[in-house]
Amino acid sequence: MSDTQQGAKAGWPLYEVFVRGKRGLNHVHVGSLHAADDGMALTHARDLYTRRNEGVSIWVVRSEHIAASTRDEKDPFFAPSADKVYRHPTFYDIPDDVPHI
Amino acid sequence: MATQQAASSEAVGAPPELQEYFEATIARDQRVEPRDWMPEGYRKTLIRQVAQHAHSEIIGMQPEGEWITRAPSLRRKAILFAKVQDEAGHGLYLYSAAETLGADRTDLTERLIEGRQKYSSIFNYPTPTFADVGVIGWFVDGAAICNQVPLCRSSYGPYARAMVRICKEESFHQRQGYELLMTMMRGTDAQREMVQDAVNRWWWPSLMMFGPPDDNSPNSAASMAWKIKRHSNDELRQRFVDMTVPQAEKLGVTLPDPELRWNADRGHHDFGTPDWDELMRVIKGDGPCNAERVERRRAAHEEGAWVREAAAAHAAKQTARAREGAAA
Amino acid sequence: MSDDHVYLTLAEGHEDDTRWAYGTGFEDPLYGVDTAVPDGVDREGLAALCLALGDDALVSAQRLAEWTTRAPELEEEVALANIGLDLLGQARLLYARCGQVDGTGRSEDVYAYFRAPDDFRNVALAELPNGDFAFTIARLLILASWRLAHFERLTASPDPVLAAIAAKGVKELTYHRQYAAEWVVRLGDGTEESRRRMRAGLDGLVPYLGELFDAHDAKTDVLAVLRQVTEAADLPLPEVPSCQGGLGRDGAHTEHLAPLLAELQSVARAHPGATW
Repeated sequence: MSDTQQGAKAGWPLYEVFVRGKRGLNHVHVGSLHAADDGMALTHARDLYTRRNEGVSIWVVRSEHIAASTRDEKDPFFAPSADKVYRHPTFYDIPDDVPHI
Repeated sequence: MATQQAASSEAVGAPPELQEYFEATIARDQRVEPRDWMPEGYRKTLIRQVAQHAHSEIIGMQPEGEWITRAPSLRRKAILFAKVQDEAGHGLYLYSAAETLGADRTDLTERLIEGRQKYSSIFNYPTPTFADVGVIGWFVDGAAICNQVPLCRSSYGPYARAMVRICKEESFHQRQGYELLMTMMRGTDAQREMVQDAVNRWWWPSLMMFGPPDDNSPNSAASMAWKIKRHSNDELRQRFVDMTVPQAEKLGVTLPDPELRWNADRGHHDFGTPDWDELMRVIKGDGPCNAERVERRRAAHEEGAWVREAAAAHAAKQTARAREGAAA
Repeated sequence: MSDDHVYLTLAEGHEDDTRWAYGTGFEDPLYGVDTAVPDGVDREGLAALCLALGDDALVSAQRLAEWTTRAPELEEEVALANIGLDLLGQARLLYARCGQVDGTGRSEDVYAYFRAPDDFRNVALAELPNGDFAFTIARLLILASWRLAHFERLTASPDPVLAAIAAKGVKELTYHRQYAAEWVVRLGDGTEESRRRMRAGLDGLVPYLGELFDAHDAKTDVLAVLRQVTEAADLPLPEVPSCQGGLGRDGAHTEHLAPLLAELQSVARAHPGATW
């Protein structure tokens, strides 16, 4: 609740967007956007990242709900308690359990 | 290099292996990704550059956006509408990249409307005729492409990836502008005059888009060392001039620079010096349209507040209802 | 070295760039379509229908274009432009068809730029000024629902071109209606202020509904949508009046159409003989 109230002040929460451009391919992270709820995030993702190209499949997930680790063992896993930037997923393999909304 | 020293001194307190890993990533020409450790200066420089870039896309909607409702054919109307929409999309891609660095879009927007963050000086010039739409596509998007193609290899992954998308879409922007001008040049005398007049007004501001000359560009050195930026302002300006001169000849317009000529020794065109004082004035907020551009953005942001709040409030109520439903 | 040159990575599998610059149609919109009018089709009626539906779309697109740089959030900027571009695309196709059917061979631009306000046949609802975001959303919901019901029927039109235009439009309008419906619910349920504005938007538009049903009887479909959406938003649905005689479809307009067209047509008319 508190984060939604914060959201009203600070703007809508951040969502990550994953798009499957065509059948047979994985969903790929394409970027993020802001939306008040999941439905709006899907609509916005469709408008922004696909210009409503039909046949593509889109996943959206609140950025704060993504847990991520780095693939590369040598890649320093730094300051896990730091702010959202360090938890921000980009270019990592998508965990299998990302919900299909 | 001074910048490397600066970067090192900022890294005091960070384990040296992190610093080494970061520098090795840059040296190997690999991408830095959001979860990687990075020097604070690198992060700040990037946020500033990416945010300015995003602001430029959003403010850049205004000069052309004025003409969507007045475009003189339905085809031009559709093209312009789609182009200005693309700019909103590009702004969003870039804000998204900035947010991977820990910046917050609302905060960046507030910095923009309070004048604490800049956007490209070029969008502070007015667009009095429809030929301006064509010349903006040709010059401004052409200059943007010169700037942006190398940024597709920027050391910061999310920025580079945003630039790839943007560059693909912007090739259409430049072509539609040039094609409009070609069509107008085949039209009436009044149309040809409009085109030449717009060329005269936009040429020098377009050259200024690349920023101050290299010997007076305070932020460039650090950006280059970190491979955030890959070419200097003057290199990119030269590339733009060399690219544009033959296009102008083909179009049949004159670029308003008496010093412009081919230099066989250099293999480049020589050209005159832009009025750097004018650039400084425009950057400092004293251009023809600075106040009106920022004011429009502020008005949209403030007048939209009730809509954003309503959507957030609805989402909160929905969440609460779902919880009650689950508890019952 | 492990190459992570992003351009190469991302360029793969993205050779299809047609999804960008949505709706810009660089070609004759009906290129390649068999444009012969089948025997037995009432040409005059067909032309009038294409013109009226084209005018609705053009005037609506013009109002949506006015939102550019003024939308309440950047994501809505993109969404409203997508809808505006869809409608502009529909207008172009319908005008092109009109020119073929009415025998004049007039181009889309002749219809858009060189007719006087009383030659336009759009419904008054489309030409009203944008008002606030709630008003714009309420209008979008009503127009999209009404037009969708109409287009669904037109997919079975004896004219294959109009049927094809309608089939394309159905997909677009379904999305417009969904976008608007979601917003009506958000604004109706959101804050006191948004609820007040949403109510005012609906109240201000409902008087214009009679004209819509007079032009195309989709009353059942439209009212079903409005009832469902207003219930979800917990908003009262105002009484829908019966039509007090046709307005826009007969060329009678509110005082808002003339300035809208003056702006739309200003450059085209200032340069006779020019090509763009």
